[in-house]
Amino acid sequence: MIELVDITKEFSSSKNEPILGVDNVSLTVNRGEIFGIVGYSGAGKSTLLRCMNILERPTTGVVKVDGVDLLQLSSKQLREARQSIGMIFQGFHLVASKTVFENVAFALKAAGVKKEEIKTRVEELLEIVGLKDRIYQYPAQLSGGQKQRVSIARALANNPSVLLCDEATSALDPSTTKSILALLKRINKEFGLTIVIITHEMEVVKDICHRCAVMQDGRIVEQGNTYDIFSNPSDPLTKKFIDTVLSFDLPSRLLQTTTGKLLQLHFWGEIAAEGVVSDMLQSHKVKGNILHGKVEYIQDVPLGIFIMDLNGAEEEVNQAIEYLRERVSKVEVLQHEQSD
Amino acid sequence: MSSLIEILPELNIAFFETLLMVGIALLVAIVFGLPFGIILYVTDRGLFLENRWIKGVVGVLINLVRSIPFIILLVFLLPFTNFLLGTTIGPLAASVSLSVAAIPFYARIVESSAREIDKGVIEAAIAVGASPWMIIKHIILPEAKPGLIAGLTITAISLIGYSAMAGTIGGGGIGDLAIRYGYYRYDNTVMFTTVILLIVLVQAVQYFGDFLAKSVNKR
Ligand SMILES: Nc1ncnc2c1ncn2[C@@H]1O[C@H](COP(=O)(O)OP(=O)(O)OP(=O)(O)O)[C@@H](O)[C@H]1O
Ligand SMILES: [Mg+2]
Repeated sequence: MIELVDITKEFSSSKNEPILGVDNVSLTVNRGEIFGIVGYSGAGKSTLLRCMNILERPTTGVVKVDGVDLLQLSSKQLREARQSIGMIFQGFHLVASKTVFENVAFALKAAGVKKEEIKTRVEELLEIVGLKDRIYQYPAQLSGGQKQRVSIARALANNPSVLLCDEATSALDPSTTKSILALLKRINKEFGLTIVIITHEMEVVKDICHRCAVMQDGRIVEQGNTYDIFSNPSDPLTKKFIDTVLSFDLPSRLLQTTTGKLLQLHFWGEIAAEGVVSDMLQSHKVKGNILHGKVEYIQDVPLGIFIMDLNGAEEEVNQAIEYLRERVSKVEVLQHEQSD
Repeated sequence: MSSLIEILPELNIAFFETLLMVGIALLVAIVFGLPFGIILYVTDRGLFLENRWIKGVVGVLINLVRSIPFIILLVFLLPFTNFLLGTTIGPLAASVSLSVAAIPFYARIVESSAREIDKGVIEAAIAVGASPWMIIKHIILPEAKPGLIAGLTITAISLIGYSAMAGTIGGGGIGDLAIRYGYYRYDNTVMFTTVILLIVLVQAVQYFGDFLAKSVNKR
């Protein structure tokens, strides 16, 4: 659906050295998926997203949306192409002097929709985002979540095939964030809309993204299925992001009193964790304690992580670990001092 | 010393002459100054009609006129006024130089009130595929409206001041009256009356302008 090939964006700066906003990024977003891009501030996420509708013209590279090479279009053709690429922003960017109705209607007018059709279409759109009763109010009279709903309605006005979201929930509180994410998820399902979401919250990725990419210094350091990224991150930065959602803080007092080997067990998907562990304890001469455990649902698939302490003769413990390795998705032996 | 009653008809005429000059100049400011101001804004760096040449030429032209003191502009434009109207006397003739001064004055105000608009709003309009003309008409003008009206108020008040200068070289209006009676004939009554009239006029314009700017502000 969206194809970026070797995208580089340089910004000229007052100094001689140009700033590299995006550094040679290639990326494919499939039709109908929700794709997340995470990274710290200044990583180049917004710049990359803005290259997808040429709000920012890449210095080099190819941008294809729905098979159309956007960089080859005339300005009129580009305007038409943009009508099928919706975009929402952290700051909503609604026109303060226009009512909710007029804000949404503007997008339709821009696409040359006839006046008679505009009214019914606007009502339809506000119905979708659940704001029909606010149709004649001004943005100043709405809450942040409501403003974002209006901007979603505006972005969806011309039946786009893609929706670009630049930190769409960063200005909202956690419960409003949940409701906006639920709305995006629903739109994705109902209309088959391809969505690209930029965020610095791993929670957002975990909740709704099918695939994601992690960015640093203008480059993509890792990308893949959200579940794979969460269960088996390879880049240190990715790990750091995952830790914001999946980290364990074991009390140091507890660690000092443990005498055996500390294991971290991963259960990916539907593996009956308790069964495996109790079978292991029965078939081996070891004693085990589960110190910590957590099951997160990523894209509705469970990801279980348990930390346990194994005691017994060295030989027996090693055999038990072998036994687990065969049955558990991932077994890591933790160093005591590491998990402080 | 003439009594107030005696000069009342003349005062009346002078008042309407001032309104006429300022009114015409304001109208010209809107018709020409507004588009020039918008051009200055949209051709600026990073905006959707970025164009260094147009921006440069219009900018220099506007600064040129603005850097000439009004009293000199007034004299300088006499031949042009004569060519345009066949006379250099009267409120209509005075309105020519007032208009020429008003255009760049208002254009700069338009430019700076357009700059106040949140760039993100314009970006959102570009992202939905709106044409430059649609963005100007449906986003920039409505969003800048309170500033445009406040700017018109400032322009009107400056023009009232300038109109007194135009009066000195035969333009008519309240300023002309004040100078003829107050300066040449030492008639303080007329002098004070005209001053009070000017104060009332400026206050009224300011009040009305503020009211209008406030009533269109939806923030
Ligand atoms: N218009 C610009 N001119 C110059 N440099 C820019 C411009 N836009 C972005 N940059 C630079 O490009 C880099 C990437 O910026 P970008 O806004 O894409 O980061 P980001 O990942 O979106 O960060 P944030 O999370 O803070 O929004 C930064 O170093 C930034 O300073
Ligand atoms: Mg950003």
